[in-house]
Amino acid sequence: MYLRLGWRNIWRNPRRTTVILIAIIIGVWSMIFLGALMRGMTDQMIRNGIATLTGHIQIHQRDYRNDPAVENSIEDPAPIEAALDERLPTGAHWSARIRVTATAANARYAGGVTLVGVDPQMEARVSFIGKAIKEGRYLREDDPFGIVVGRALAEKFETGLGKKLVLMTQDTEKNIASRAFRIVGIYRAEMEATEKQFVFVTLPAAREMLKLEKGISEISILLPGHEMVAATLASLRDAPPLSGCDVESWRNLLPLMRAYLEIYDSFIFLWYLVVFIAMAFGIVNTTLMAIFERIREFGLFKSLGMKPWWIIKEVMAESFFLLLLGILIGNILSFLSVFLLMNHGIDLTRFAAGSEFFGISRVIYPSVYGRDVLLANLVVFILGLVVSLYPALKAARFKPVEALAHV
Amino acid sequence: MNIVECVNVTKTYRQGKMEVRALGGVSLRIKKGGFVALAGPSGSGKTTLLNIIGGLDAADSGSVIVEGNVLDNMSQTELAQLRLRKIGFVFQSYNLIPVLSALENVEFVMLLQGVPTKERLDRARTILDDVGLEGLYDRRPAELSGGQQQRVAVARAIVSDPAIVLADEPTANLDSKTGRELLEMMGEMNEQKSVTFIFSTHDKMVMDHARRLVLIRDGLLADDQDRDP
Repeated sequence: MYLRLGWRNIWRNPRRTTVILIAIIIGVWSMIFLGALMRGMTDQMIRNGIATLTGHIQIHQRDYRNDPAVENSIEDPAPIEAALDERLPTGAHWSARIRVTATAANARYAGGVTLVGVDPQMEARVSFIGKAIKEGRYLREDDPFGIVVGRALAEKFETGLGKKLVLMTQDTEKNIASRAFRIVGIYRAEMEATEKQFVFVTLPAAREMLKLEKGISEISILLPGHEMVAATLASLRDAPPLSGCDVESWRNLLPLMRAYLEIYDSFIFLWYLVVFIAMAFGIVNTTLMAIFERIREFGLFKSLGMKPWWIIKEVMAESFFLLLLGILIGNILSFLSVFLLMNHGIDLTRFAAGSEFFGISRVIYPSVYGRDVLLANLVVFILGLVVSLYPALKAARFKPVEALAHV
Repeated sequence: MNIVECVNVTKTYRQGKMEVRALGGVSLRIKKGGFVALAGPSGSGKTTLLNIIGGLDAADSGSVIVEGNVLDNMSQTELAQLRLRKIGFVFQSYNLIPVLSALENVEFVMLLQGVPTKERLDRARTILDDVGLEGLYDRRPAELSGGQQQRVAVARAIVSDPAIVLADEPTANLDSKTGRELLEMMGEMNEQKSVTFIFSTHDKMVMDHARRLVLIRDGLLADDQDRDP
C-alpha cells in the first residue's frame, strides 16, 4: 500500500518530480561517469608507471636505491635469476637491466639521459619498449653499437636514424667511459618525458662500456595481474639468493603515484558527499513542498488511524521511488557514456604537457570499478532516504485537527 | 449501554494573546446504536466536541470515554489505534485520497487493519454496492460527483464495522436531494448494522433525520431531545 501510494503521489506533480529526478540523475551520472574517468586516469597512470621500466616488482642490490651508481650493481645475478625461474607464477616475465645516468651528446647538443642496457627479447615482454618503436627497428642481441632513443630526444638533439650519439658515464673503476652508438630505432612513449629520458642499448654493450663483467643494476618483474604482487613479493623475499637484495613492489618504487592513489580514494568519497549534499537539498525541498501541499491529506491519514510511523513509511516510499528512478536512469546514462568513450577515450593531447607531470596519459579511457559504482549508488540511496526522514517526520508530527483544517 | 461518555469537557483555543472558549464543560452520554445530531450555530463548539470524541483533539479538562476506552491520557499512537479500530469519520469536504480509486479508498482502512486481500476486496465491493456505487469502483475521486464522493466516504467510514461514525457537517457541500439520499442511506446503515452515528450539523434536514438532537450553544449544552425523525 505504501508503495502504491508513494508511486502515485510522486506523479501528482509530474513537473516537480521530473526536476528532482533530473537533479538525482545528473548527480548519479557525474558520480559514476566522472568517477570512471578519474579511475581510468589513475589506472593508466599505474599502467604507464609499471610499463615505464618499473614492472610490478623490482630487485636491486641493497644500496642501489639510495645511490643508483654502477658500483651498487648486483654483481652476479645468476642465482637470483634461478630463484626467479623457480618462484615466479606462470605468465610472469622478468628482465635484467643495467641502468645508469649518462650524458648523451652529438655535434649539436648534450644532455642528461638514463642509459638502459637490456636483453632485447626479455625486456620486450616486461616494459613498453618492445612495442614502442615507431621508426627504424628494435635492438638485436648482436647490436654492440645500436641505440634506441625516444622521438622527443631525437627532435631535441635534431638527430635521426643512422646518426651517431655518444654516451658518457662513469664506469666501475670510476673513470669516464664513453661509447659512440648509432641510432637504430626511435620509440614513442605515453609521455614525452619518458622519450627524453631513456635510451636503450644491449646489455653486453652496456657491460662493456661500464666494465661490468656479469653485473646488472636491477631486475624488473611483470606479473599477469596486480593481485599477485603481495604473494610474489613475499615468496621472493624468502628466497635465499635474494637475502642481500631490496625486493620492492611498484607501490614503493613509485611513491608519488601511491600518494596520489591514496589521496584519490579519499577524494572520491568526499566528492560523492559534496555532489550528494547538493542533491540532498533538492530532495528535501521537493519532499517538503509535496508534504506542505498535502497537509490535509496527512490529517486525514491520521484521522483514519494511521500511526506516525506509518506516515513516515508513506513519505519514505515517495523518496524511495524518486531515488530508485534517479539512480536507475543515472546508471544507464553513466554506462552509456562509458560505452561511448570506451574505444576512443578523451584526447588530452592539448593539455598533455601539464598532465605529464603526474604521469597522466594523452588519451583517457574510462574505467568502471564495481566498488565505485556501488559506493555512488549507496551514497545516493541510503543518504537520500536519511535526508527524506526530515520531511517524513514533519508529516508524521502534524496534529490531525490542525491538518484537517488547513486551507 | 453508553458508547460515548463525556464528563465536564472543556476546551479553549489560544491564538496569540486571545483565548476562545470552544467548550465550557460539556457532559454527554450517547447510547450504542444512536443516530445523534450535535446542532448549533457556527462556532458553538459542536465540531470541537466531535473532534474530542474522535480523539483528533484533546480536551483541556474533563473526561472522554469511547466504548470503554478513556481517551484522556492516551498517546498519539494509542489514539490512532482507537480511531483505526473503533471510529469512522465522514467529513464535510469528503476527504478522499485523490490518488486512490473509490474501491481503494474504501479498502484503505482495512489495509491498515491488516484484513486479508480477498476479504478486503469483497467487503469493499459489497459496501460500495450498498451505497449505490456499483460499477464505479475504479473511478478516482476527481471523476465522481460530490454526492458520490460522500458516499465513498461513508462506505469507507463503515466498512470496517466501527463502533461509531463521526460525521462533521456531512451534507454541507451537497444539494438537498443528494443530502437527503445520503442521510437515508446512513439511517439504513444505522438500523441494519447498529452503527452509532454522531453528526455535527446546522442543517435542518440532518436535525430532522436524527433520533436525538443535542443543541450546543457557546460551548455549552443548551438542549437535548430524544425524538422520532
